[in-house]
Amino acid sequence: MNLHVPPSDTLAAAVEPAAPSPAPGSRRAALLATWLLSGTAVLLLLGASVGSTGWDSVLHMGSDPLAWQIVWDIRLPRTLGAWLAGALLGLAGAVAQGLFRNPLADPYLLGSASGAALGGAIAMAMLGVSPTTAGWLVRLGVVGMAFLGAAGAVLLTLMLAGGVQHTLRLLLAGVIVGVVLGAVRDLIQVAKPSILESMQVFTMGSSAFVGWQACALMAAGWALCAGTAWALSRLLDGLMLGEATAASLGLPLAPMRAGLVLALALATGLAVAHTGLIAFVGLAAPHLVRSIARVTHQWHVWLSSLMGAVLLLAADILARWVIAPQELPVGVLTAALGGSYLLWLMHRRTRGGGL
Amino acid sequence: MKNIAISARQISASIGNAHILRGIDLDLPAGRWTSVVGPNGAGKSTLLKALAGLLRHARAQGQVELLGRPLHAIPMRERARQLAWLGQNESTADDLPAYEVAMLGRLPHRPWMAPPSAADHAAVQQALRTTQAWEWHARALSELSGGERQRVLLARALAVQASVTLMDEPLANLDPPHQTDWMLAVRALVEQGGTVVSVLHEVSIALQADDMVIMAAGRVVHHGPCADAATHRALEQVFDHRIQVRQIDGAWIALPRMAAQATSSLID
Repeated sequence: MNLHVPPSDTLAAAVEPAAPSPAPGSRRAALLATWLLSGTAVLLLLGASVGSTGWDSVLHMGSDPLAWQIVWDIRLPRTLGAWLAGALLGLAGAVAQGLFRNPLADPYLLGSASGAALGGAIAMAMLGVSPTTAGWLVRLGVVGMAFLGAAGAVLLTLMLAGGVQHTLRLLLAGVIVGVVLGAVRDLIQVAKPSILESMQVFTMGSSAFVGWQACALMAAGWALCAGTAWALSRLLDGLMLGEATAASLGLPLAPMRAGLVLALALATGLAVAHTGLIAFVGLAAPHLVRSIARVTHQWHVWLSSLMGAVLLLAADILARWVIAPQELPVGVLTAALGGSYLLWLMHRRTRGGGL
Repeated sequence: MKNIAISARQISASIGNAHILRGIDLDLPAGRWTSVVGPNGAGKSTLLKALAGLLRHARAQGQVELLGRPLHAIPMRERARQLAWLGQNESTADDLPAYEVAMLGRLPHRPWMAPPSAADHAAVQQALRTTQAWEWHARALSELSGGERQRVLLARALAVQASVTLMDEPLANLDPPHQTDWMLAVRALVEQGGTVVSVLHEVSIALQADDMVIMAAGRVVHHGPCADAATHRALEQVFDHRIQVRQIDGAWIALPRMAAQATSSLID
């Protein structure tokens, strides 16, 4: 081993670069992206076909205006909405896990989802409306409050945990913040019973009230958040080597962190404001991506986002189909499925050396 | 006059009420390997962080100059190209392949959002070969043993190709043959004009450096060539005469001093 490379090695180095692929994970990442995109296409079609009136609506869309209305005004937007909410949650999970260097971080466990729900509840209590009938301005108001709530909750959790170093402390702080903010939300409900019905969407999680307006808003927000996360993905990569090393690589930690926390809060706020509290999608999506393709965050944030989208849309379709013509709130389904996944993950990690 | 790679003036640092560093003045010559040793809690790692401008969670005072320029006046990315850092037990990059981890060392050289260039790939490959980690460049860090990981992380620091490299206990988890390899890599780096500063617990390896900085209780108690008798005396003293420095086959090494000998030396 010396730095003066002997001639034979120089030759090998000159010939070799093609042989070891420059980025070992990128082929699997491309493959995964293809799978997720085709999965999206299939699920979107499926989402348009599943509903209380059955498959017929799609077949008769051309001739029957009622069927057209059902598919175009109800099924398509909520299908797309579930995809977008999942994309936002998957993205938020990937950003949270990278930013806090904590494999169990996600919008739900960090308390930011509860903060967003509280923000949304305050907005609805003040404006006195339900998300179904809301216009643009009101919708923006609810999203804005949800965003503020999410950002505030993350900061609160970080403060309580005294930093991000300690995995269990961070999670514990997140749980505490979630419970306390949930209690405040309950208080608001008690004080303003008129919002009780719309609050059910928030607490159980459902795509049933997502219309085209909401889709447009979520899509714009998703583009913004994903773009931000992608542009700042270097910090997430650098942080994997530790804070000091990241700083030694010339990365401006403070502003980049602030940008990522804002993206995390906006993604959470947008998702929660439209589909309510949906647990574990943000946790599971990045994990699934990592178990398939190990890539730098520039790819990881996009893949996690797509994975979250496919997961939530699949869960949403399942929730609509399992007891059709009735439906389960999708949040209940993801909580049940995601909870089991988390248990399995913890079991595996504990056996492999502990959290 | 010697070229100075890093010059520190009146460096003090404290966390809460505890003084970690108490007014340190230090001139580290360029093109040489300096090892920093001292008992636990002497402030070695904190000093190294202060020299790298990475002291975050402590109140720090004093001036540091890197290659003749005030450290804080150098733009971050430029500084990152001139000064490479290898910390201890910081990495959580378990899921990335070794190659990608080493490629992170090229971040200061790559324009924003740009994919790695041919030069980046060449630097990473060379660094991984230098630390004999090329063999598992496609494997994830989590699949490697402690020593193998350490060699990948070392390659990450080498891939920066900085003129000054600071390493905090780089030998952790390395077995003796790879400690020797690490030493040879540092020697080669210094022969090419690089400057290496390393905090080391392995005193015998530290004695193979060009210069030695000996610290105790937040102060530098001695700074001189490793071959000097004065350095050896200072070294024995800072470790309470529990070690003795001896020459074997032309190399200086530190041996444990047995209790009886320690008592007798205390008497005389």
